[in-house]
Amino acid sequence: MIKELNVLHPTDSVSPAVVEAANTDFEVRSLDTICVNESEKQHPWWYNFKYAVVGVVFGIVFVKAEVISWFRIQEMFRLQSFHMYGVIGTAVIVGMISVALIKKFKVKTIYGEPIVFRPKKFNKGQVIGGVIFGLGWALTGACPGPLFAQIGTGAFVVAIVILSAIAGTWTYGYCREKLPH
Amino acid sequence: MVEMLKQPWSWYVAGAIIGLIVPALLLLGNKHFGISANFRHACAACFPSNIPFFKYDWKKELWNFFFVGGILIGAVIASTLLSNPNPIQVHPTLVTTLSAYGINDYSSMVPKQLFSFASLFTVRGFIMLVGGGFLVGFGSRYAGGCTSGHSIMGLSDLQLPSLIATISFMLGGFIMANLLLPIILSL
Repeated sequence: MIKELNVLHPTDSVSPAVVEAANTDFEVRSLDTICVNESEKQHPWWYNFKYAVVGVVFGIVFVKAEVISWFRIQEMFRLQSFHMYGVIGTAVIVGMISVALIKKFKVKTIYGEPIVFRPKKFNKGQVIGGVIFGLGWALTGACPGPLFAQIGTGAFVVAIVILSAIAGTWTYGYCREKLPH
Repeated sequence: MVEMLKQPWSWYVAGAIIGLIVPALLLLGNKHFGISANFRHACAACFPSNIPFFKYDWKKELWNFFFVGGILIGAVIASTLLSNPNPIQVHPTLVTTLSAYGINDYSSMVPKQLFSFASLFTVRGFIMLVGGGFLVGFGSRYAGGCTSGHSIMGLSDLQLPSLIATISFMLGGFIMANLLLPIILSL
Protein backbone atom coordinates (compact mmCIF):
# COMPACT_ATOMS: atom_id res chain seq x y z
CA MET A 1 0.00 0.00 0.00
CA ILE A 2 2.71 2.42 1.08
CA LYS A 3 4.86 1.30 -1.81
CA GLU A 4 2.09 2.10 -4.26
CA LEU A 5 1.55 5.54 -2.77
CA ASN A 6 5.23 6.15 -3.07
CA VAL A 7 5.21 5.31 -6.72
CA LEU A 8 2.22 7.51 -7.40
CA HIS A 9 3.52 10.46 -5.41
CA PRO A 10 7.29 10.20 -5.23
CA THR A 11 7.58 13.65 -3.68
CA ASP A 12 5.18 12.86 -0.85
CA SER A 13 6.63 13.19 2.60
CA VAL A 14 6.45 9.52 3.58
CA SER A 15 8.86 9.10 6.44
CA PRO A 16 11.95 6.99 5.57
CA ALA A 17 11.23 4.65 8.48
CA VAL A 18 7.84 3.75 7.06
CA VAL A 19 9.24 3.16 3.58
CA GLU A 20 11.96 0.96 5.02
CA ALA A 21 9.43 -1.06 7.01
CA ALA A 22 7.38 -1.64 3.88
CA ASN A 23 10.39 -2.68 1.84
CA THR A 24 11.71 -5.22 4.34
CA ASP A 25 8.33 -6.85 4.72
CA PHE A 26 9.24 -9.89 2.65
CA GLU A 27 12.53 -10.38 4.50
CA VAL A 28 10.86 -10.17 7.90
CA ARG A 29 8.18 -12.68 6.98
CA SER A 30 10.67 -15.09 5.45
CA LEU A 31 12.63 -15.18 8.73
CA ASP A 32 10.27 -18.01 9.28
CA THR A 33 10.67 -20.91 6.90
CA ILE A 34 6.95 -21.39 6.56
CA CYS A 35 5.63 -17.90 6.54
CA VAL A 36 5.99 -16.57 3.02
CA ASN A 37 2.83 -16.91 1.01
CA GLU A 38 3.18 -14.31 -1.65
CA SER A 39 0.71 -13.57 -4.39
CA GLU A 40 1.17 -10.55 -6.63
CA LYS A 41 -2.55 -10.35 -7.24
CA GLN A 42 -4.46 -7.70 -5.38
CA HIS A 43 -7.81 -9.25 -4.65
CA PRO A 44 -10.67 -7.99 -2.49
CA TRP A 45 -10.66 -9.57 0.97
CA TRP A 46 -13.64 -11.81 0.30
CA TYR A 47 -11.61 -13.79 -2.23
CA ASN A 48 -10.21 -15.44 0.89
CA PHE A 49 -13.47 -17.33 1.38
CA LYS A 50 -12.20 -20.02 -0.97
CA TYR A 51 -9.58 -20.88 1.66
CA ALA A 52 -12.35 -21.13 4.24
CA VAL A 53 -14.03 -23.73 2.03
CA VAL A 54 -10.81 -25.80 1.95
CA GLY A 55 -10.68 -25.36 5.74
CA VAL A 56 -14.22 -26.71 6.14
CA VAL A 57 -13.29 -29.90 4.26
CA PHE A 58 -10.17 -30.21 6.39
CA GLY A 59 -12.13 -29.67 9.61
CA ILE A 60 -14.66 -32.37 8.72
CA VAL A 61 -11.87 -34.88 7.95
CA PHE A 62 -10.10 -33.97 11.19
CA VAL A 63 -13.13 -34.83 13.27
CA LYS A 64 -14.38 -37.83 11.30
CA ALA A 65 -10.98 -39.54 11.25
CA GLU A 66 -10.52 -38.69 14.95
CA VAL A 67 -7.20 -37.03 14.13
CA ILE A 68 -8.02 -34.31 16.65
CA SER A 69 -8.65 -36.79 19.43
CA TRP A 70 -6.37 -36.53 22.45
CA PHE A 71 -6.78 -40.31 22.81
CA ARG A 72 -5.53 -41.04 19.28
CA ILE A 73 -2.43 -38.91 19.88
CA GLN A 74 -1.72 -40.79 23.12
CA GLU A 75 -2.07 -44.09 21.22
CA MET A 76 0.32 -42.86 18.56
CA PHE A 77 3.06 -41.92 21.02
CA ARG A 78 2.59 -45.19 22.91
CA LEU A 79 2.76 -47.18 19.64
CA GLN A 80 -0.65 -48.68 20.39
CA SER A 81 -2.28 -47.84 17.08
CA PHE A 82 -1.33 -47.51 13.45
CA HIS A 83 -4.13 -45.02 12.73
CA MET A 84 -2.23 -41.72 13.03
CA TYR A 85 0.83 -43.08 11.24
CA GLY A 86 -1.45 -44.20 8.43
CA VAL A 87 -3.12 -40.78 8.18
CA ILE A 88 0.13 -38.78 8.19
CA GLY A 89 1.92 -41.28 5.92
CA THR A 90 -0.86 -41.27 3.32
CA ALA A 91 -1.09 -37.47 3.46
CA VAL A 92 2.66 -37.13 2.85
CA ILE A 93 2.62 -39.57 -0.08
CA VAL A 94 -0.35 -37.80 -1.72
CA GLY A 95 1.30 -34.43 -1.05
CA MET A 96 4.63 -35.61 -2.52
CA ILE A 97 3.00 -36.88 -5.70
CA SER A 98 1.01 -33.62 -6.04
CA VAL A 99 4.06 -31.40 -5.57
CA ALA A 100 6.09 -33.53 -8.01
CA LEU A 101 3.35 -33.24 -10.65
CA ILE A 102 3.03 -29.47 -10.09
CA LYS A 103 6.80 -29.09 -10.54
CA LYS A 104 7.06 -31.43 -13.53
CA PHE A 105 4.23 -29.86 -15.51
CA LYS A 106 4.91 -26.33 -14.19
CA VAL A 107 1.27 -26.06 -13.18
CA LYS A 108 0.09 -22.50 -12.52
CA THR A 109 -2.44 -21.22 -9.99
CA ILE A 110 -6.05 -20.66 -11.07
CA TYR A 111 -5.05 -17.03 -11.65
CA GLY A 112 -2.16 -18.02 -13.91
CA GLU A 113 0.66 -17.25 -11.46
CA PRO A 114 3.61 -19.65 -11.31
CA ILE A 115 3.64 -21.84 -8.20
CA VAL A 116 6.79 -21.11 -6.20
CA PHE A 117 8.64 -23.42 -3.80
CA ARG A 118 11.35 -22.11 -1.52
CA PRO A 119 13.95 -24.46 -0.10
CA LYS A 120 14.15 -24.40 3.69
CA LYS A 121 17.46 -23.90 5.46
CA PHE A 122 18.52 -26.06 8.33
CA ASN A 123 18.96 -24.41 11.71
CA LYS A 124 19.17 -25.72 15.27
CA GLY A 125 15.66 -24.43 15.90
CA GLN A 126 14.21 -27.33 13.95
CA VAL A 127 15.70 -29.72 16.51
CA ILE A 128 15.32 -27.73 19.76
CA GLY A 129 12.02 -26.11 18.82
CA GLY A 130 10.87 -29.39 17.31
CA VAL A 131 11.35 -31.28 20.58
CA ILE A 132 9.63 -28.48 22.53
CA PHE A 133 6.72 -28.61 20.09
CA GLY A 134 6.56 -32.41 20.45
CA LEU A 135 6.30 -32.11 24.24
CA GLY A 136 3.36 -29.73 23.84
CA TRP A 137 1.76 -31.89 21.15
CA ALA A 138 1.57 -34.92 23.44
CA LEU A 139 0.24 -32.78 26.31
CA THR A 140 -2.57 -31.02 24.46
CA GLY A 141 -3.17 -33.97 22.14
CA ALA A 142 -3.26 -31.57 19.24
CA CYS A 143 -1.02 -29.71 16.86
CA PRO A 144 -2.17 -26.21 15.87
CA GLY A 145 -4.76 -27.20 13.23
CA PRO A 146 -6.63 -29.68 15.44
CA LEU A 147 -6.75 -27.10 18.25
CA PHE A 148 -9.18 -25.03 16.16
CA ALA A 149 -11.17 -28.15 15.31
CA GLN A 150 -11.39 -29.19 18.97
CA ILE A 151 -13.14 -25.90 19.75
CA GLY A 152 -15.58 -26.67 16.93
CA THR A 153 -16.50 -29.98 18.59
CA GLY A 154 -17.49 -28.11 21.74
CA ALA A 155 -14.29 -28.22 23.80
CA PHE A 156 -14.38 -24.47 24.41
CA VAL A 157 -11.59 -24.53 27.00
CA VAL A 158 -9.20 -25.14 24.09
CA ALA A 159 -9.54 -21.41 23.35
CA ILE A 160 -7.28 -20.97 26.40
CA VAL A 161 -4.79 -23.40 24.84
CA ILE A 162 -4.76 -21.29 21.66
CA LEU A 163 -4.27 -18.05 23.64
CA SER A 164 -1.41 -19.73 25.46
CA ALA A 165 0.08 -20.84 22.13
CA ILE A 166 -0.08 -17.23 20.89
CA ALA A 167 1.69 -16.18 24.11
CA GLY A 168 4.33 -18.85 23.43
CA THR A 169 4.84 -17.59 19.90
CA TRP A 170 5.13 -14.01 21.19
CA THR A 171 7.71 -15.11 23.76
CA TYR A 172 9.70 -16.78 21.00
CA GLY A 173 9.63 -13.56 18.97
CA TYR A 174 10.74 -11.61 22.05
CA CYS A 175 13.73 -13.89 22.81
CA ARG A 176 14.51 -14.81 19.20
CA GLU A 177 17.87 -12.98 19.05
CA LYS A 178 19.15 -14.73 22.17
CA LEU A 179 18.17 -18.27 21.16
CA PRO A 180 20.56 -20.61 19.31
CA HIS A 181 19.67 -21.07 15.65
CA MET B 1 -24.61 -42.62 2.48
CA VAL B 2 -25.04 -40.31 5.48
CA GLU B 3 -24.96 -43.36 7.78
CA MET B 4 -21.65 -44.35 6.24
CA LEU B 5 -20.24 -40.83 6.67
CA LYS B 6 -21.23 -40.90 10.33
CA GLN B 7 -18.90 -43.83 11.05
CA PRO B 8 -15.27 -42.99 11.87
CA TRP B 9 -13.37 -42.57 8.60
CA SER B 10 -10.43 -44.84 7.82
CA TRP B 11 -6.86 -43.59 7.84
CA TYR B 12 -6.34 -43.87 4.08
CA VAL B 13 -9.41 -41.78 3.24
CA ALA B 14 -8.44 -39.11 5.78
CA GLY B 15 -4.77 -39.18 4.75
CA ALA B 16 -5.58 -38.82 1.06
CA ILE B 17 -7.88 -35.83 1.64
CA ILE B 18 -5.39 -34.14 3.99
CA GLY B 19 -2.66 -34.72 1.38
CA LEU B 20 -4.83 -33.05 -1.28
CA ILE B 21 -4.97 -29.87 0.85
CA VAL B 22 -1.36 -29.26 -0.28
CA PRO B 23 -2.07 -28.92 -4.02
CA ALA B 24 -5.45 -27.28 -3.33
CA LEU B 25 -3.86 -24.35 -1.50
CA LEU B 26 -1.03 -24.09 -4.04
CA LEU B 27 -3.43 -24.03 -6.98
CA LEU B 28 -5.84 -21.58 -5.37
CA GLY B 29 -3.21 -18.93 -4.78
CA ASN B 30 0.34 -20.15 -4.17
CA LYS B 31 -0.35 -20.72 -0.49
CA HIS B 32 1.86 -23.07 1.47
CA PHE B 33 0.02 -25.23 3.95
CA GLY B 34 1.05 -24.16 7.47
CA ILE B 35 -1.21 -23.50 10.41
CA SER B 36 1.06 -22.47 13.28
CA ALA B 37 1.91 -19.32 11.27
CA ASN B 38 -1.52 -18.06 12.40
CA PHE B 39 -0.18 -17.63 15.93
CA ARG B 40 2.55 -15.40 14.52
CA HIS B 41 0.04 -13.41 12.47
CA ALA B 42 -2.11 -12.99 15.59
CA CYS B 43 0.93 -11.55 17.40
CA ALA B 44 1.72 -9.29 14.45
CA ALA B 45 -1.88 -8.09 14.33
CA CYS B 46 -2.52 -7.61 18.05
CA PHE B 47 0.75 -7.31 19.99
CA PRO B 48 3.65 -6.48 17.63
CA SER B 49 5.29 -4.59 20.57
CA ASN B 50 8.02 -3.28 18.28
CA ILE B 51 9.55 -6.79 18.03
CA PRO B 52 11.17 -7.08 14.57
CA PHE B 53 9.88 -10.66 14.17
CA PHE B 54 6.30 -9.35 14.28
CA LYS B 55 6.74 -6.22 12.19
CA TYR B 56 5.33 -7.21 8.84
CA ASP B 57 2.12 -6.77 6.92
CA TRP B 58 0.02 -9.56 8.46
CA LYS B 59 -2.90 -8.62 6.20
CA LYS B 60 -1.07 -10.40 3.36
CA GLU B 61 -1.60 -13.61 5.35
CA LEU B 62 -5.30 -13.02 5.95
CA TRP B 63 -6.11 -16.15 3.95
CA ASN B 64 -4.74 -18.31 6.77
CA PHE B 65 -7.25 -16.90 9.28
CA PHE B 66 -10.03 -17.80 6.83
CA PHE B 67 -8.52 -21.28 6.53
CA VAL B 68 -8.54 -21.96 10.29
CA GLY B 69 -11.99 -20.37 10.55
CA GLY B 70 -13.08 -22.96 7.98
CA ILE B 71 -11.51 -25.76 10.04
CA LEU B 72 -13.55 -24.66 13.06
CA ILE B 73 -16.79 -24.58 11.02
CA GLY B 74 -15.95 -27.97 9.48
CA ALA B 75 -15.53 -29.41 12.97
CA VAL B 76 -18.93 -28.01 13.99
CA ILE B 77 -20.54 -29.64 10.93
CA ALA B 78 -18.82 -32.98 11.54
CA SER B 79 -19.71 -33.08 15.23
CA THR B 80 -23.36 -32.15 14.71
CA LEU B 81 -24.64 -33.37 11.31
CA LEU B 82 -22.18 -36.25 10.88
CA SER B 83 -21.68 -37.11 14.52
CA ASN B 84 -20.78 -40.68 15.47
CA PRO B 85 -23.10 -41.69 18.34
CA ASN B 86 -20.68 -44.29 19.74
CA PRO B 87 -17.83 -43.49 22.14
CA ILE B 88 -14.37 -43.40 20.62
CA GLN B 89 -12.64 -46.82 20.48
CA VAL B 90 -9.15 -46.79 21.91
CA HIS B 91 -6.55 -49.44 22.66
CA PRO B 92 -7.50 -51.45 25.80
CA THR B 93 -4.05 -50.90 27.36
CA LEU B 94 -4.53 -47.14 27.09
CA VAL B 95 -7.99 -47.44 28.68
CA THR B 96 -6.44 -49.28 31.64
CA THR B 97 -3.58 -46.78 31.93
CA LEU B 98 -5.86 -43.74 31.82
CA SER B 99 -8.46 -45.12 34.21
CA ALA B 100 -5.73 -45.23 36.88
CA TYR B 101 -5.67 -41.42 36.60
CA GLY B 102 -9.44 -41.09 36.75
CA ILE B 103 -9.86 -40.58 33.00
CA ASN B 104 -12.70 -42.74 31.69
CA ASP B 105 -14.95 -40.42 29.67
CA TYR B 106 -14.70 -41.30 25.96
CA SER B 107 -17.81 -39.43 24.82
CA SER B 108 -15.83 -36.54 23.34
CA MET B 109 -12.71 -36.05 21.22
CA VAL B 110 -10.86 -34.86 24.33
CA PRO B 111 -11.09 -36.34 27.83
CA LYS B 112 -13.70 -34.20 29.56
CA GLN B 113 -12.03 -34.77 32.93
CA LEU B 114 -8.99 -32.87 31.70
CA PHE B 115 -10.39 -30.44 29.13
CA SER B 116 -12.84 -28.29 31.08
CA PHE B 117 -12.76 -24.84 32.61
CA ALA B 118 -12.86 -26.47 36.05
CA SER B 119 -9.78 -28.53 35.17
CA LEU B 120 -7.96 -25.30 34.35
CA PHE B 121 -7.77 -24.62 38.10
CA THR B 122 -6.16 -27.96 38.92
CA VAL B 123 -2.39 -28.43 38.77
CA ARG B 124 -2.44 -31.10 36.06
CA GLY B 125 -5.13 -29.28 34.06
CA PHE B 126 -3.17 -26.03 34.13
CA ILE B 127 0.06 -27.75 33.04
CA MET B 128 -1.69 -29.60 30.21
CA LEU B 129 -3.80 -26.75 28.82
CA VAL B 130 -1.83 -23.58 29.52
CA GLY B 131 1.62 -25.20 29.63
CA GLY B 132 0.92 -27.46 26.65
CA GLY B 133 -0.40 -24.57 24.58
CA PHE B 134 2.64 -22.47 25.39
CA LEU B 135 5.02 -25.26 24.33
CA VAL B 136 3.08 -25.75 21.08
CA GLY B 137 3.25 -22.03 20.25
CA PHE B 138 6.86 -21.51 21.30
CA GLY B 139 8.17 -24.76 19.82
CA SER B 140 6.38 -24.56 16.48
CA ARG B 141 7.68 -21.05 15.82
CA TYR B 142 11.20 -21.94 17.00
CA ALA B 143 11.12 -24.92 14.63
CA GLY B 144 9.72 -22.73 11.84
CA GLY B 145 6.52 -24.70 11.47
CA CYS B 146 4.32 -27.43 12.89
CA THR B 147 3.01 -30.77 11.69
CA SER B 148 1.24 -29.12 8.75
CA GLY B 149 4.07 -26.84 7.64
CA HIS B 150 6.93 -29.28 8.16
CA SER B 151 5.53 -32.82 8.33
CA ILE B 152 2.99 -32.47 5.50
CA MET B 153 3.98 -29.48 3.34
CA GLY B 154 7.75 -29.68 3.95
CA LEU B 155 7.98 -33.45 3.46
CA SER B 156 5.80 -33.20 0.33
CA ASP B 157 8.43 -30.82 -1.05
CA LEU B 158 11.22 -33.25 0.02
CA GLN B 159 12.82 -30.74 2.38
CA LEU B 160 15.49 -32.28 4.63
CA PRO B 161 15.05 -29.64 7.39
CA SER B 162 11.38 -30.63 7.55
CA LEU B 163 12.34 -34.29 8.02
CA ILE B 164 14.66 -33.28 10.86
CA ALA B 165 11.88 -31.19 12.41
CA THR B 166 9.38 -34.05 12.07
CA ILE B 167 11.75 -36.49 13.79
CA SER B 168 12.21 -33.92 16.57
CA PHE B 169 8.41 -33.51 16.95
CA MET B 170 8.06 -37.27 17.36
CA LEU B 171 10.96 -37.44 19.81
CA GLY B 172 9.38 -34.73 21.99
CA GLY B 173 6.03 -36.50 21.82
CA PHE B 174 7.48 -39.88 22.83
CA ILE B 175 9.30 -38.31 25.79
CA MET B 176 6.17 -36.50 26.97
CA ALA B 177 3.65 -39.32 26.51
CA ASN B 178 5.79 -42.07 28.00
CA LEU B 179 8.02 -40.38 30.58
CA LEU B 180 6.53 -37.05 31.68
CA LEU B 181 2.78 -37.37 31.18
CA PRO B 182 2.39 -40.18 33.77
CA ILE B 183 3.95 -37.83 36.35
CA ILE B 184 1.79 -34.86 35.31
CA LEU B 185 -1.43 -36.91 35.29
CA SER B 186 -0.80 -38.15 38.83
CA LEU B 187 -0.47 -34.57 40.17
